[in-house]
Amino acid sequence: MRIFDYFRILQPQKTATVAKERLQIIVAHERRLRDPNTVDYLPLLQRELLEVVRKYVAIEDEHIKVHVEKEGEYEVLELNITLPDEKRLSPL
Amino acid sequence: MAKIIVVTSGKGGVGKTTTSAAFSAGLALRGHQTVVLDFDVGLRNLDLVMGCERRVVYDFVNVINGEGTLNQALIKDKRVESLFILPASQTRDKDALTMKGVARVLEALKKRFEFIICDSPAGIEHGAIMAMYFADEALVVTNPEVSSVRDSDRIIGMLSSKTRRAVQNLPPIKEHLLVTRYAPKRVTTGDMLSVEDVQEILAIPLVGIIPESPSVLQASNAGIPVVLEKNTDAGQAYLDVVARFLGEEPPSREKKGFLTRLFGN
Repeated sequence: MRIFDYFRILQPQKTATVAKERLQIIVAHERRLRDPNTVDYLPLLQRELLEVVRKYVAIEDEHIKVHVEKEGEYEVLELNITLPDEKRLSPL
Repeated sequence: MAKIIVVTSGKGGVGKTTTSAAFSAGLALRGHQTVVLDFDVGLRNLDLVMGCERRVVYDFVNVINGEGTLNQALIKDKRVESLFILPASQTRDKDALTMKGVARVLEALKKRFEFIICDSPAGIEHGAIMAMYFADEALVVTNPEVSSVRDSDRIIGMLSSKTRRAVQNLPPIKEHLLVTRYAPKRVTTGDMLSVEDVQEILAIPLVGIIPESPSVLQASNAGIPVVLEKNTDAGQAYLDVVARFLGEEPPSREKKGFLTRLFGN
């Protein structure tokens, strides 16, 4: 690595590059939401998962997030459940 | 066979009306019978940009409601032979553009004109859908700026799902990307998305680039479609768009550097 490359690393990323990266992510996400083939089952899946989790833990509707991501040939189903604080964790 | 072309973008203020005026005037300059329709009911502005605001008597909604004939409402441009304008209504509510009414007016225009240019209102509501519904081709006007690119993507989604061609399973609308307000210098310094970036994200073919230019505001100030100001950069760029749209490859207009201009090639 040449000496000048160190300075390049220190420079902040150009805003146009940031814009492109942000756009690629949001546009891909919104296209998936529009696509009738991929997302129809997600709301139902989310509701049923919520019911199952609620048998064991008291959580609110917004504490469960379901997300499908396409990575190359694979589709990744991402499930995120935020558990409540220890104190509020009580057997139902 | 007449072609219906929608000029659309989703986002406001990116240059739909400027483009509608310039593109339709450019087609007419090339000898094509052309009409340009303002779909922005309640916020009519195409008449002003085209300099015929004082000649509006009947409008689009009058024709749909049978209060005036199409011939009474069509305004013939005074500068370009074979160019006509159908202004939007200024007072009625926007639902006045019924699907049946719009279809009837377009059918009548198809008999007389080769190109029917539909200037869409901003947004994704009724007026925007009516403007794109019957289109054969679309100019998607986009600024190299995040909100405009995102909205254009949304509009491209609607072109392939909410239009007559989509609903009736016909061949899809032919889409053309038109990047406007482009500043190559700011692209070089990394402060503006490049045309290649925008094209990569939206993934539709490019029909042209309009540079950010004072001539656009000067033309609209005067009510002159910018293609009629042939010595301006924006006017030239729009003429190139028209040529490319008609299937020609216009000459490359690389800006000559200072030294090249001084000493020649």
